[in-house]
Amino acid sequence: MFLNWLATLPGAIAQGIIWGIMAVGVYITYKILDIADLTVDGSICTGAAVCAVMVTSGVNVWVAMICAVLAGMLTGLATGLLHTLMGIPPILAGILTQLILWSVNLKIMGKANIALPSRQFDVILAQLNIKQSLIWLVVFVAVIVALLYFFFGTELGMSLRSTGNNIHMSQAQGININFTKVLGLVISNGIVALSGALLAQYQGFSDINMGRGAIVIGLAAVIIGETLFSKIARNFAVRLLAVVAGGIIYFFVYQTVIFLGLDTDLLKMLSAVVVAIFLAVPYWKKKYFTKVKIKPTTESKSEEVKENA
Amino acid sequence: MLEIKNISKTFNPGTVNAKTALNGLNLTLEDGDFVTVIGGNGAGKSTMLNAIAGCWKVDEGSILIDGINITHMPEYKRAKFLGRVFQDPMMGTAADMQIDENLAIAARRGKHHTFKWGVSSKERAEYRELLKQLDLGLENRLTSKVGLLSGGQRQAVTLLMASLNQPKLLLLDEHTAALDPKTAAKVLEITDRIVNENKLTTIMITHNMRDAIKHGNRLIMMHEGRVIVDVKGEDKKKLTVEDLLGMFTKASGSEFASDRAMLSK
Ligand SMILES: Nc1ncnc2c1ncn2[C@@H]1O[C@H](COP(=O)(O)OP(=O)(O)OP(=O)(O)O)[C@@H](O)[C@H]1O
Ligand SMILES: [Mg+2]
Repeated sequence: MFLNWLATLPGAIAQGIIWGIMAVGVYITYKILDIADLTVDGSICTGAAVCAVMVTSGVNVWVAMICAVLAGMLTGLATGLLHTLMGIPPILAGILTQLILWSVNLKIMGKANIALPSRQFDVILAQLNIKQSLIWLVVFVAVIVALLYFFFGTELGMSLRSTGNNIHMSQAQGININFTKVLGLVISNGIVALSGALLAQYQGFSDINMGRGAIVIGLAAVIIGETLFSKIARNFAVRLLAVVAGGIIYFFVYQTVIFLGLDTDLLKMLSAVVVAIFLAVPYWKKKYFTKVKIKPTTESKSEEVKENA
Repeated sequence: MLEIKNISKTFNPGTVNAKTALNGLNLTLEDGDFVTVIGGNGAGKSTMLNAIAGCWKVDEGSILIDGINITHMPEYKRAKFLGRVFQDPMMGTAADMQIDENLAIAARRGKHHTFKWGVSSKERAEYRELLKQLDLGLENRLTSKVGLLSGGQRQAVTLLMASLNQPKLLLLDEHTAALDPKTAAKVLEITDRIVNENKLTTIMITHNMRDAIKHGNRLIMMHEGRVIVDVKGEDKKKLTVEDLLGMFTKASGSEFASDRAMLSK
């Protein structure tokens, strides 16, 4: 019994990393830009669809993955323009793009799902070869985290971070916040689509429903990563790795509850409830457990005293 | 240097909440002017600064800086001409970013953001020097998150940010109002130093009449969206709070009404 459970773990890790990459995309919008972007439910499938269609029609898998990323970036661009050009609140903009993508994804695939069997096509990930899959996934994580670490240290990346942190300050400092928001959405959905392309290869198919509730899994991974590793994750790269670890832990738990015989119909609800509770915790903490709110004036006074002492 | 010509702004026009905040406002500043602005609640002081900064379009009139017409320029583009410090210490800095990162963003105001590193080590050394001059012990906390600083420290950092990259005009909107008296005095002292050292043309709104008299070379008083009193040079140096209150009553035909200004007489 225990051994059987153990046998499911490598698969859980592989799935966890794939969804962890997706969660890194969610981290960029949710944590850095302070936008809850629901485009991801659609863009993960767009990535999978583009990759599956291209590979099954004989295109090289790397070319297919690059196209998947570009397609994902376009979905982020769509949401970004709906928000910045048309003034639609970001959550609604994401929902609209999600709906658009439902049709687009069906058109890309031509039907509701496409098989991508690893025996038949030259793909880099496969459930049948977990060891090779894991090696590739680790490489992907390393490259993505390194690129993002570099990017968010540049002038451009810093303008993106400040947009999410303080919009007034960013505008006063001459940052075009519409541009930075769109750029963040583009990057985020590019990464999400990449995880979709990886998922299609790993599970051997692309399906129109595969992104349903993806945002919740992404948020779960972000929250798990933050909660468990907040003490050690000071460095930005480590924080991104913590998010990927959050994805792995999510699938660990997921596989375990399935293994214990929980009704799989209930899994999505459980995920949502867990995420809701974790989102509520900081709010409850602030509401019920903080003493009198400190105003800047009194705060600065006590600082002054400390400095003079 | 700054020419505000006959600008007007009505908020919520055509509704019961319609409010004319600026009503044919004119103001011309010379290079190096340090103007203090006083006026009652709702006189339009903040609205004037927001009009210059471009938070929204004015209904009428034009605004020029060094002969450049900025009336229709979007906020993020005119930011390169302006340094701004707000009343709320939380507003001028990014709390989750480090002190050096905040300064570096300000140093790139109005420039293209590229793939170059966001803060160079040469810059860090410069920032350390500048922070040392603030005398708040911040020079050793370059990589601290700004959110950990006190309100006064944050305002001082915001001032420093506003002065980087040589803005043509510095806009201060009651930037010491949220601070306790001692910290406020310290931040004002830093303001004077930064303005003088960089020879910045400055507009400073304050509700403290004595500060308005003490600082700067020119004082204007606003009422109902217009400038009603404008004192400069020697006259300004000799002003007293009583003079100001008298001038206000004469020019506006009403008593000076500002809950906060009365308190700080
Ligand atoms: N964005 C806005 N929307 C609607 N009304 C506004 C807006 N900004 C300012 N007003 C109104 O315009 C008038 C002038 O406001 P403003 O903030 O310029 O006053 P102020 O002189 O800065 O006063 P205070 O000393 O209280 O800061 C006020 O009646 C205010 O309610
Ligand atoms: Mg005001």
